[in-house]
Amino acid sequence: MDPTLSLLLNGIVSGLLLGGLYAAAASGLAVSFGMLDIVNIAHPALMVAAGFAVILLGGALGLDPLLMALLVAPAFALLGMGIYTAYHHFFERRGDEALQGLAFFFGVMFIIEVGLVMAFGPEQRFLDPDWAFTTWRFGEIDVPLRMLIPALVSLAAIGLLWLFLQRTFIGLAIAAVAQDAQALRLMAVDPVRIKRLAFGISVGFAAIAGGALVVVQPIEPSSHHVFIGRVFAVCIMGGMASLSGCVMAALLFGVVENLTASFFGPSWSPAVAFGWLLLVLAVRPQGLFGRAA
Amino acid sequence: MSATALPAPAVAGERRHLSYWLGATAVAVALAVALRLLGNEYGWYAGYFVLQYVVLAAAWNILGGYAGYVNFGAAGFMAAGSYTAIVLYESMGLGVIPGILGGAVVAGLLGLGTGYLTLRLRGVYFSIATLCLAVVLQTLIVNWDYVGGSRGAYIIRPMTVPGFASYGEYIFIVMLVLAVLAVGIGRTVEMSRLGTGLQAIRDNERAAEAVGVPTLRLKLIACTLSGALMGVAGAPLPFYAGYINPEGAFNLAYAVNSIAMPLIGGAGTWLGPVIGAVLLATLQQAATVTISSALNLWIVGWMLVIFVALFPRGIIGWFRNR
Repeated sequence: MDPTLSLLLNGIVSGLLLGGLYAAAASGLAVSFGMLDIVNIAHPALMVAAGFAVILLGGALGLDPLLMALLVAPAFALLGMGIYTAYHHFFERRGDEALQGLAFFFGVMFIIEVGLVMAFGPEQRFLDPDWAFTTWRFGEIDVPLRMLIPALVSLAAIGLLWLFLQRTFIGLAIAAVAQDAQALRLMAVDPVRIKRLAFGISVGFAAIAGGALVVVQPIEPSSHHVFIGRVFAVCIMGGMASLSGCVMAALLFGVVENLTASFFGPSWSPAVAFGWLLLVLAVRPQGLFGRAA
Repeated sequence: MSATALPAPAVAGERRHLSYWLGATAVAVALAVALRLLGNEYGWYAGYFVLQYVVLAAAWNILGGYAGYVNFGAAGFMAAGSYTAIVLYESMGLGVIPGILGGAVVAGLLGLGTGYLTLRLRGVYFSIATLCLAVVLQTLIVNWDYVGGSRGAYIIRPMTVPGFASYGEYIFIVMLVLAVLAVGIGRTVEMSRLGTGLQAIRDNERAAEAVGVPTLRLKLIACTLSGALMGVAGAPLPFYAGYINPEGAFNLAYAVNSIAMPLIGGAGTWLGPVIGAVLLATLQQAATVTISSALNLWIVGWMLVIFVALFPRGIIGWFRNR
């Protein structure tokens, strides 16, 4: 096969696999930022913190990293509920979300990053489960399990979240609380309780994405910086509150970023995230897959 | 604005402005004289450290404090100033003063561009964009060999500057003048029509728009001015340190401090950022001597979270409410 064509096909396939990881990171944000309108800029930092927890605990217990990520997810969900309780008490209740609330999440992000530097040092950490060295070959196309399995686990988790949001009463209440908290109150549902639960789910998803992240690439405390641009770009492109839009945007984004990296050099991939974000904000703020408000 | 205002308040306003400039000059001169009497090189060094944060906090406050639009990318704007100074030095051998002017222009244009693309939307989009802007600028600088890439760039400082006791004193006085100017500009904005318009945007943007406040134009002016002043804060940095690398120029400390200082002092007042900057920067300068820099920054992060939760109007607001 033509080498350029082979590079292109490989770029598309590994971009789709990378997109699966981005989808996991961004779908948690689609719940908190998209549905609850809480601008959690600490989301990628929580993801990296979960990655470190997976490395530490998974290494100590000898468990598979992705299984470990599912085990730490409930702990992170509890942490998220705690963060939301503080956020609601000090900011949301007083109507101070815009300036002070944003500064609060920035402070949380900063505390997590510096805390990780103090606990683990600034160097890179990584994990190599046994299956990570296997690569499946389909003709010219390589499919490394290191990329495939995290992507599949991420997409499965998103599928479960989608079912939960579509089929259960609490899931429907989460979708409803963003639109009309007052109406929810009339149905004898406490909107604050629903939002706390939803925020917990969102942070739990950050933990699953963190587990997938440590398998795909080495992490360091500052790894979340590039993810801020990526996940917000994906979330906004996907139309904010839509999980299916989020997955499609993440896959597309993964392909574009990966092709840029293979044809122009990997140092340009952070610029892709920012360029897309600016482009989307300037041209289609309702998202690629969203409807005009 | 004095053309449309009534004569009497305009005169009172002029007098209030004059008293600020005289008072600030007196404080600045007293500070310079006191440090010269102290005669310690470390005094200039520590003084510069505190004053650069006064400029940075005052700059952030123009958009963040008055209009309520949060800029997370202060480190990016500052580094734009620092690296403009480096480019001017490398290409034409220009010194610190042209570097400051160039840094103001480049960072101001950066603010205008970012603002033009994102300020038409809700404030959070602007905040997210500024957060990514710093990451992308850092990528660009790391890949740009002319300014040293990730290795960094050196500036050969003159040993002495005519009229000054030492180079340290010279660079301190430059920053002192910049701090007086930056705080004065912030104060002028607060008392002008621009400031009133920005405060209307912060309180209720839709209502402001409805009564005819040109919201987008005011936000763009504030964003450009704020960005330019951040560039001004960063431009003397390579001349002060003699060396700059991307890691230092885009240091997290700038991003967190530029937000923590105005909010802790009292955002939306011209004095608040000064109080916050002097307090936090002095604390950090004292703490770096005794504890590690990571722990030091960690404390700033906690202070930010605790202050915005418990004292949302900062130290100034707390005193006013009593």
